[in-house]
Amino acid sequence: MLEQEDADRVKRVLMEEFELEEDVLRPQASLYTDMGLDSLDSVDLVVALEREFKFKVVRAVDEERIRAIRTLEDLYGFIETKRREAQANPGA
Amino acid sequence: MGTHVQIPLRRIVITGVGAISPFGQGVESLLTGIRDGRSAVVDLSAEWSNKIPALTCLVGAPLPEPLDPKQIERKFRRSMGPTAMMAALAAREAFNQAGLEGETLASGRVGVSFASTTGSTASLEQSFLHYFQKNFTESLGSSAFFQIMSHTCAANLAHFFGIRGRVVSPDSACASAAQAIGLGFEAIRYGLQDAMLCGGADELHAVVTGCFDLVHASSCRYNDHPDRTPRPFDAGRDGTVCGEGAGALVLESEASARARGARILAEVAGFDTVADGGHLAQPLSDSITRCLHNALDNAGVLPEGIGYVNAHGTGTVLGDAAESQAVVDVFGPQRVAMSSLKGHIGHTLGASAALETIVSLDMLTHGYLAPTRNLTEVAADCVGPDHVTTLRYQRFDAFVKNCFAFGGINTVLVVKRYEDA
Repeated sequence: MLEQEDADRVKRVLMEEFELEEDVLRPQASLYTDMGLDSLDSVDLVVALEREFKFKVVRAVDEERIRAIRTLEDLYGFIETKRREAQANPGA
Repeated sequence: MGTHVQIPLRRIVITGVGAISPFGQGVESLLTGIRDGRSAVVDLSAEWSNKIPALTCLVGAPLPEPLDPKQIERKFRRSMGPTAMMAALAAREAFNQAGLEGETLASGRVGVSFASTTGSTASLEQSFLHYFQKNFTESLGSSAFFQIMSHTCAANLAHFFGIRGRVVSPDSACASAAQAIGLGFEAIRYGLQDAMLCGGADELHAVVTGCFDLVHASSCRYNDHPDRTPRPFDAGRDGTVCGEGAGALVLESEASARARGARILAEVAGFDTVADGGHLAQPLSDSITRCLHNALDNAGVLPEGIGYVNAHGTGTVLGDAAESQAVVDVFGPQRVAMSSLKGHIGHTLGASAALETIVSLDMLTHGYLAPTRNLTEVAADCVGPDHVTTLRYQRFDAFVKNCFAFGGINTVLVVKRYEDA
């Protein structure tokens, strides 16, 4: 589970990048139907999260995972997974 | 027996205008700046000398203050560079005046003909910075291409307003808006569309002025006195000064405008565009003459029916002389009043024909002729037309808008006061 501090960082990225209001950023909120993001936004979201959390998205590995993200909670889970992988394999 | 079918030509009127100019946002600020005889040209040496140390022209006509990007919803704004953003705001003003919205725009009978020299020089610069740092696809936003692509204005406008008719982008550098208005005019005239959002836009950037520098077409002797340049048709002219902005005009069939009860500002009566076919950067007066004759024929207006020529008049040595010669060839010596607005707002490039047509419409409506700012001594090679050097109150019924571009592209629009048939 992503720590609150990191969840807040995700929310800040969403608010800054996509000019969203905080009240829409509930864990169950859909990135698409509730936040109004689309396929281009999801590309920009990944770039912004890479910058914020200093991880690297590898298209061949992560594309399916990203496509499966629907809610903010899913997004937290994805970031947690990337972080775990980075810790397990720090040279990657 | 042939199968030739004569298509009845339709009359085309202007029902809305919008502007972002070196005098600010909105048509009113543009008109006020021109009526007051002000210069929008300013010293940009601090910013530009760092970017291009060898740049000789250190003045330009930027927007007086940055646009508030929040005027456009993020969903639409993300794919717009400064050029497309200016186009969108100018277009919104034009549609508001015309009273066109919603279902009408989505009907498929309304299109877009809007162009610029490039998509966005600032966005292009950002992209190449990422490219040279070798992280182009890793860190550049997903919408960079949509800001840079040559038809960024036309495509973004269609998206912004939900327009579903034809969308064309006749990008032809400084003639972009003139060709865009012309193609929009033709689309309506031949019954292919009922209304067209037409115009052009371009943004100011050191690289843009640098391109004029490269061919010695930029002004470099007045860096200490920005308000004294450019000097169209003047003995002391030494080149043009780049500006930025966007001009939008709603062209509409007379029948459509009347059916809606829209206020008709004027009639677009004729258009022509020809190529020099001889040189990419050296204007030919014969070619301009041919374009003027063709446009007048197209409009069914005789030269004596034209009361004013709104000149291309950029302040370059070769261009101003060629245009003056052509105007004399077509209209006769001292027969037609002519002025250029570039002494006020610089050369707004792809936006110029639209912005300057909008000001000319105001002159047509209110019966005045704005002078060529900075024209204090007509150059020997520009003698011939009746140069307007001070504000005149003079009624006229039709004007010609000249617009030329690198590449040997010449374009002429004929606009007249609207009268019921």
